[in-house]
Amino acid sequence: MQYLPPKSPSVDQVGAEEKVARICSRSIKKDSKMYALKMALNMIDLTTLEGKDTEAKVMQMCYKAMHLHDQAPNNLNLPTVAAVCVYPVFVATAKKTLNGSTVKVASVATAFPSGQSPIDVKIRDTQFAVESGADEVDMVISRGEMLRGNESYVFDEIAAIKEACGQARLKVILETGELNNLDMVRRAADIAMYAGADFIKTSTGKISPAATMPVVLTMLEAIRDFYRATGVMVGMKPAGGISNSKTALHYLIMVKETLGQAWLNNNWFRFGASSLANDLLMQIMKETSGLYQSADYFSKD
Amino acid sequence: MANTKNIKQKANSTPDRKLDFNGDWSYAPSLEGTEHIKIEKRYGLFIDGKFSAPKSGKYFATINPATEAKLSEVADASAADVDLAVKAASRAYEKSWSKLRAAERGKYLYRIARMIQERAREFAVIETMDGGKPIRESRDIDVPLAANHFFYYAGWADKLEYAFPGKKPAPIGVAGQIIPWNFPLLMAAWKIAPALATGNTVVLKPAETTPLTALKLAELIRDCDLPPGVVNIVTGAGTTGAAIVQHPSIHKIAFTGSTDVGKLIQKSIAGSDKKLTLELGGKAANIIFEDAPLDQAVEGIVNGIFFNQGHVCCAGSRLFVQEAVIETVVAKLKDRMESLIVGNPLDKNTDIGAINSASQLKTIQQYIQIGKKEGAEFYQSSCTIPAKGFFCKPTLFLNVSQSHRIAQEEIFGPVLAIQSFRTIEEVIEKANNIPYGLSAGVWTDKGSKIFNLTSRLRAGVVWANTYNKFDPSSPFGGYKESGFGREGGLHGLYPYVKF
Repeated sequence: MQYLPPKSPSVDQVGAEEKVARICSRSIKKDSKMYALKMALNMIDLTTLEGKDTEAKVMQMCYKAMHLHDQAPNNLNLPTVAAVCVYPVFVATAKKTLNGSTVKVASVATAFPSGQSPIDVKIRDTQFAVESGADEVDMVISRGEMLRGNESYVFDEIAAIKEACGQARLKVILETGELNNLDMVRRAADIAMYAGADFIKTSTGKISPAATMPVVLTMLEAIRDFYRATGVMVGMKPAGGISNSKTALHYLIMVKETLGQAWLNNNWFRFGASSLANDLLMQIMKETSGLYQSADYFSKD
Repeated sequence: MANTKNIKQKANSTPDRKLDFNGDWSYAPSLEGTEHIKIEKRYGLFIDGKFSAPKSGKYFATINPATEAKLSEVADASAADVDLAVKAASRAYEKSWSKLRAAERGKYLYRIARMIQERAREFAVIETMDGGKPIRESRDIDVPLAANHFFYYAGWADKLEYAFPGKKPAPIGVAGQIIPWNFPLLMAAWKIAPALATGNTVVLKPAETTPLTALKLAELIRDCDLPPGVVNIVTGAGTTGAAIVQHPSIHKIAFTGSTDVGKLIQKSIAGSDKKLTLELGGKAANIIFEDAPLDQAVEGIVNGIFFNQGHVCCAGSRLFVQEAVIETVVAKLKDRMESLIVGNPLDKNTDIGAINSASQLKTIQQYIQIGKKEGAEFYQSSCTIPAKGFFCKPTLFLNVSQSHRIAQEEIFGPVLAIQSFRTIEEVIEKANNIPYGLSAGVWTDKGSKIFNLTSRLRAGVVWANTYNKFDPSSPFGGYKESGFGREGGLHGLYPYVKF
């Protein structure tokens, strides 16, 4: 019990929604829009997490991660995405395909997405991902224990997985769609950070709602308070349901105005998304040419 | 224990805990267009359904406080001009408006409301150009709320017998209405809508620094085919206002503005049978308890004091924070202030626009000097402000004493006086220890605490876990030197009816 973080402040849903509305009223144009679109592209964890995933699909996605839109003019200097995110069994394939690039390999672990397994299985799952070459591990918390108030279980589990990660960075998925309210989101975020999370992440993408703006705002505020209290920076990853550029830009505004410039890079902020990249590319091409191109001009991998 | 070790290691590598809110990514200007906006070179007085030159022959300029450029010239109405307006209003009252079926009055009000919505963008842009408030506010708050007030009172027009069961409400006659410069269009709506709904006619005077949206409203009312003389809009300064107040054919005065002028008005109509409502100054206490949702409370502090550059009579200009959280709250507030953008009010990203006039800026600066002399700890955000125009950085004073003038007097600018408190009794005593009593805010997670405070704070409006929220169906008005009478809601009908 002595490990648990200090009391978390309460969060008011109505106030959080109002603040979100205010953030969404920001207007991003011209240079600042182009800058943000590229920044968002560079923050994506390109993700495939399906039972029907194949090695070929993972290899294709890895190629896309490094070559987002080779048809774009060179002077656009398109970035790569930040990482690919796959199940543990595909980590070795992804690692091999991405060899020599800056794109990282993230692996979900700990009986993703439900987390309904004993701790030793989760540790082994994590070790397997790390041994296969994962640079980052995306774990899920035990929502059942969180909801029934067993905070120390959740804390100890995260700490144990952190230890199993070794050098790999740990992203802790709170699965906020299963937590009842923003107070619990805030508490879970605090527990994860005090237990050693390098990143906190909203969702698995398997539960609806996935990332919502009030939830992300609450988590960013938790990160800010943790940084003020400890001096430690923790990253943020909204995941699931972020498929268009406008939403992505709103998230970036939220980061800028809550945490500031230091978090506006893929060391500290990620989007977990599968279809966002193409929408960003479409917007970037539109900013360049003045015309929207058909979705058929952008490869789907 | 691996985790605590881990945190310590990482902590040592980043000893500096400052957040950088500037950085590489800044927002490019995103200006609301002004090319469709039509402002006449010169405006006459709107009397009897048409614009006419003032008998005084005098005009004065109205400027854009963000650029100091002249926007237009408006008439300076003399007592003779006011007399014409009152006569037109009396004629309209006798001949048409008081005799019109109530449902027909309602239809006119609905038409005005819809036309405000149709011309919303034009109104928002002119409101911002003439008054200095950010387009975000005029677009999202002032103009929609103004339309909503007309919609709301349109609904009451033919239902007055349900508003006053068992009584027979009748209109009073001609209402003289004098409004301030902080919410020019919205205040015109607050005044005109209930007066017309209850069957009265009006002579309205907008403030001398912000006459344009009222004059655009006059054009709109003309385009609505409202019977001539039902609404008359006369522009001018204090003497014009005095002529309205003293006119014998006016039966009701509604004034929103400073407490000093409110007192003058009350004196000057003493002994007459004029009805009066006053909505005057304020120095509201915004109270944050340690169990409050702190991040939302900080947002509430910002909305409380920096909304409309602090030119709000119900602004949360005195902040009381419970001692256990005052350091946290002040740190969060300072961070939040760094992301507030001060500048061109027409930029959609601007949070704080221009101070309404040179003289108001001077008043604010004088109070800042007073606060420094009184020994309160002064803090401003690091933002830059434009070289031209009237601007003031968002300002805090920490460690303020109850006896400081900056804690007692209304500054009407983006200047917040912060005090800490320990007990509930203490904060209630301090919050009430002021001549004003317009509004207050309470932030706590406990419902019982909210109800305890709402019943003991002597303020007309108390917001719980929010601030500066307005709705046409909610009555608004003050205690003590903040005035009397209510505007909005069913209560807002009372000042305009007799039984």
